[in-house]
Amino acid sequence: MAETEKTRFTTSSLRAYIMIAVLAGIWLYFHWATNSIFLTPRNLSNLATQMSVTGILAVGMLMLIVSGNIDLSVGSVLGFAGGIAAYSMSIHGYGLPAGIIFAISVGILIGTFQGALTAYLNIPAFIVTLGGLLAWRGAVKWLLGGNTVPIADDTFKAIGQRNIPVEAGWILAALGIAFALFAAYRRARSEASYGDGKVNYVLLILNVAIPIVGIVAFIWVMNAYQGVPIPVLIFVSVALIGVFITTSTVFGRYLYAIGGNPDAARLSGINNKRNILKVYALLGAFTGIAALIFTARVGSAAPDAGTLKELDAIAACVIGGASLMGGRGTVFGACIGALIMASLDNGMSLLNVRDFMQDIVKGSILVAAVGLDMMGRKQT
Amino acid sequence: MPLLEMRNIVKEFPGVRALDGVSFTLENGEFHALVGENGAGKSTLMKVLSGVYPEGSFDGEILVENVPQHFRSVRDAESAGIAIIYQELSLVKELTVGENIFLGREPSRFGVIDSAKLYHRSATLLRELHLDIDPRTTVGSLGIGRQQLVEIAKALSQDAKILVLDEPTAALTESEVETLFDILTKLKARGVGLIYISHKLDEVFRMSDRITVLRDGKTIGTHLAKDLTRDEVIAEMVGREVGDIFPTPDHELGNPALEVQNLLVYSIDRPDKRIVDDISFSVRKGEVLGIAGLMGSGRTELMTAIFGAWQGKYSRTILVDGKDRSVASPSEAIDSGIAFVTEDRKRYGLIIEQTIADNMTLAGLRSISGRFLTHRTQEIVAVREPMRSLHIKAGTPMVVTGTLSGGNQQKVVLGKWLLTKPKVLFLDEPTRGIDVGAKQEIYAEINKLATEGLAIVLVSSELPEVLGLSDRVLVLYRGRIAAEFTRESATAEKVMTAATGGN
Repeated sequence: MAETEKTRFTTSSLRAYIMIAVLAGIWLYFHWATNSIFLTPRNLSNLATQMSVTGILAVGMLMLIVSGNIDLSVGSVLGFAGGIAAYSMSIHGYGLPAGIIFAISVGILIGTFQGALTAYLNIPAFIVTLGGLLAWRGAVKWLLGGNTVPIADDTFKAIGQRNIPVEAGWILAALGIAFALFAAYRRARSEASYGDGKVNYVLLILNVAIPIVGIVAFIWVMNAYQGVPIPVLIFVSVALIGVFITTSTVFGRYLYAIGGNPDAARLSGINNKRNILKVYALLGAFTGIAALIFTARVGSAAPDAGTLKELDAIAACVIGGASLMGGRGTVFGACIGALIMASLDNGMSLLNVRDFMQDIVKGSILVAAVGLDMMGRKQT
Repeated sequence: MPLLEMRNIVKEFPGVRALDGVSFTLENGEFHALVGENGAGKSTLMKVLSGVYPEGSFDGEILVENVPQHFRSVRDAESAGIAIIYQELSLVKELTVGENIFLGREPSRFGVIDSAKLYHRSATLLRELHLDIDPRTTVGSLGIGRQQLVEIAKALSQDAKILVLDEPTAALTESEVETLFDILTKLKARGVGLIYISHKLDEVFRMSDRITVLRDGKTIGTHLAKDLTRDEVIAEMVGREVGDIFPTPDHELGNPALEVQNLLVYSIDRPDKRIVDDISFSVRKGEVLGIAGLMGSGRTELMTAIFGAWQGKYSRTILVDGKDRSVASPSEAIDSGIAFVTEDRKRYGLIIEQTIADNMTLAGLRSISGRFLTHRTQEIVAVREPMRSLHIKAGTPMVVTGTLSGGNQQKVVLGKWLLTKPKVLFLDEPTRGIDVGAKQEIYAEINKLATEGLAIVLVSSELPEVLGLSDRVLVLYRGRIAAEFTRESATAEKVMTAATGGN
């Protein structure tokens, strides 16, 4: 029988383990090379904060890439949305809620607009968003008159700079553990209902233990410094939303179908265009959120804010196993990809590697990661 | 000494023996037609000949002028003098005629193309073929017929001794066909051996020296064309006793489930050209309506347009269960109870890297899960029933469809559409490229579904399939209904005659 029992579940888990192993290798190397600075609560807290903007963008980008599209404009849109927030608050004196709503709305509007051009006017996504890359960068320079606009509002700056209290961190950990248990229970029930009735206890325990250990370790490390940074909390929330959308919603399933085979999806009654429009809008919303964090961290909106962020986000997705042809990729992978990129940045900075060398290393690792992935694929 | 000899060619695909000991010879200056139904193995044989399937992936011998050949690639076959003109032209439309003719072999010095030489040699070549085509025009600006002639010129520029033409006249006008035949006659005189694949028997009889009939991957016979009648060829093509592997239908016919009125479908590339020209028909509950016709007769377009998925212009009125339904998109078609098992499962039917469960639930996902959230357990439960009733051989619903055999893949596509709980089921080439066992299972399923009251429209290039399953047969020819037969009155000969434009 030529039909092998190779399910998406096992192949994607294997890929996830390999990525985590690579990440662990990078961490251990940096820890050794930095004389035990890298793996300290303080540095890991910084690392998590540094990755949160790229991570949020990568989650949205992942969904777009899965549907077979691309967005090169997110860096510029991030700059523009951050500019709008600063402009409305610092120059026009609107309050914090208005600033937040404006930034996210701008992201959604731009996403919808570019999505419409791609989906309904059939202009290639690459071209639409390449145009966006230029145009929105121009727009933010125009809006800010080429100046950096500072933000005085401390509550706003907290979005990027503050941490949640230690107790709140443990409460979140408890909620997370409860959810992990619930999810594992549901999954076991579901698997038992289509398998041979036998429950794989080893797998079940791993499914419960790994997330719980991860949650506890994460909160413990963050609390050992100053508590979970708010940007990290926002990133984790966005990532969970992304995981939920891609694994548990009809919309998410359709994205994989559209990216996997657009003709088959269309003939199965899926409205490809509308779903592509939606995913652009969603990425736009995430870009707005990322813009708020970015602006709040810096405490001001700059005309060049977010430059090259689109490439970080795309690289994170690709390192995380997404295919630019569409149909393949996971939010988890994209997050690990973002973490790998951020770890490289952080570690090399600690080692005082010159910035040009950092770029060369990151670029090489991106190509090498995809090259290894392709070689691995060919063999199976 | 034959120009070409293929001995005992055996080619197997997973689960299917596509060629089962085929032998074929071609003489210098011979016009040898290769006929057979779709799936008989003609294209596979030509792919073996042209090196698409390399040495080692099939058994048997190929000899050109008595020299055994070992083609590892298409290029090897080309250098042995074998050229194929495919149905889909392989020209680069943006390049000029001359650039296309010498594509990959441009006359050049130090990597710089010698354009003067290129166009001079192209012009000479075109003149030899008496073709009035400027080598500097872009290929895209030529009509399909002239593009075909350019393709032939290209083949000859490579000193082809053996030229294979696969349905070359499908897209040609009558005068273009005449030009083509003139040129083929000249090539014969120059000693070129021609292998001609066509469904159009009048052309075959007009031009051929010999005719070889393939059926089910076997050579049924090679005959001198002058010793043979059209009916004899059809009999050999159709061959096996119709009814062998088909269930005995005992459908109870009910009220019309689907009525289609004044269906017009226009070409996507040429919006003034009608591919389906004012067709009206209806299917009753429990009826299997077969639609026969050659490639390009409008069969697939007819179904695609009714389903609301045609991407060009179209118009029609549709009644489902007597109620007017303005189906403007596949999702509306699905909602009104129409399901469409599309042709070419890998291209239109499946998401090959996804699982059986993902694929099967795709069309009916909203009714199986919820409107917004997917529900894995419910999906698995929903998929299990069709997996069992269709005998899909896979351990679990989580098996990736790309690892399944063709027959099981086809069943997954069928299962996907049954999960939408349709009233009308369109089947487009439901058994293309799958083995006999899986075919038989699908036939039994079709019969069972009809017995349960589903209205079924079946399009197939395999005539026995249409005849064996249908209660009624419509024959399409050039976008119109050329004939209609009841189950009793339909014979392979009558259907084939109507489908080839005869009376």
